[in-house]
Amino acid sequence: MRVRFDIKRYDPEKDEAPYFQNYEVELGETDRVLDGLNEIRWRQDGTLTFRRSCEHGICGSDAMRINGRNRLACKTLIREVGRRVRIEPLLGFPVVRDLVVDQQRFFQDYRSVLPFLVNDDPPPPRERLQSPEARRRFDDTTKCILCAACTTACPSAWGNDSFLGPAAIVQAHRFIFDTRDHATVERLARLAGRCGVWACRTAYNCTMACPREIQVTRAIAEVKRAALLGGP
Amino acid sequence: MASYPPAPPTGRFEMYSWLFMRVSGIVLLVMAVFHLLLMHYGIGVEQLNYQVVATRWGSPWWRLYDFFLLLLALTHGMNGARILMDEYLRAGGWRLVLKIVLSLLYLLLLVMGAWVIVTF
Repeated sequence: MRVRFDIKRYDPEKDEAPYFQNYEVELGETDRVLDGLNEIRWRQDGTLTFRRSCEHGICGSDAMRINGRNRLACKTLIREVGRRVRIEPLLGFPVVRDLVVDQQRFFQDYRSVLPFLVNDDPPPPRERLQSPEARRRFDDTTKCILCAACTTACPSAWGNDSFLGPAAIVQAHRFIFDTRDHATVERLARLAGRCGVWACRTAYNCTMACPREIQVTRAIAEVKRAALLGGP
Repeated sequence: MASYPPAPPTGRFEMYSWLFMRVSGIVLLVMAVFHLLLMHYGIGVEQLNYQVVATRWGSPWWRLYDFFLLLLALTHGMNGARILMDEYLRAGGWRLVLKIVLSLLYLLLLVMGAWVIVTF
């Protein structure tokens, strides 16, 4: 079927303002939105710029606004979006070009919550064992692929540049609730201020936007409780 | 423990502010709904007059109740307005000016209300 793509385009070096450009592509209903974008780039307009890498929902590079919702282009089928698809870059970040946004701030916030295991105990001979129950405690937040769909759907993050955003808190949650980790105090110190979890107003946009179906708002609430009680 | 770049200075004010909003919200729900029911159904709107208030404020417990209603509602509302300013205004001159105005308004209304309750 013919699918019409309305794509928001912007080249800061040439265009005065962003504008929508239309393309028509022949696609099947089980094709993905990403297939349409590839088709446009390869056969119709080589200047259309977007990120994609693994194309299978794991690398997190093709998050974009599809018909007003943040989704991964590689996980969204044409039959879910219909014959007219409106595509815009993620909101809240500066546009580098077309659908490519500048994620410096996003990854700076990510790094600020110490997103790695901290444990200075001498390593045991084989591995740091953990019970299945203890592992399950943070299972949901291990699924994050850092696509930024949650953070760029969050009204608090739109309004407050210094808010760490849901993705960074999800990453912090993954280690705060890991029994093998020893940096809870440092992490909570980073999350306890006005730029951390307390800027969350539980709008639930993050949970709705997550392409990995992480219960983001719930994870943030658990970090809030940990900050309040001084530990997980 | 390895060393990391220091965490930005945060303090615990925002956490207590968040907690206060939850606790005062629940308490206000009970206190304000009780107040409303008493005024509308217990006493009845048509019976309300100066004498009713004067009699009620004869008891120090009612004065305490009304003072807490004032304190919680005013602080809850003003803190909400402060948070809105943090989110909708960029850091800088205007936000600071409006926050100072808000703080003064808060103190003024609190003192005026308390003054009436205490000296009636």
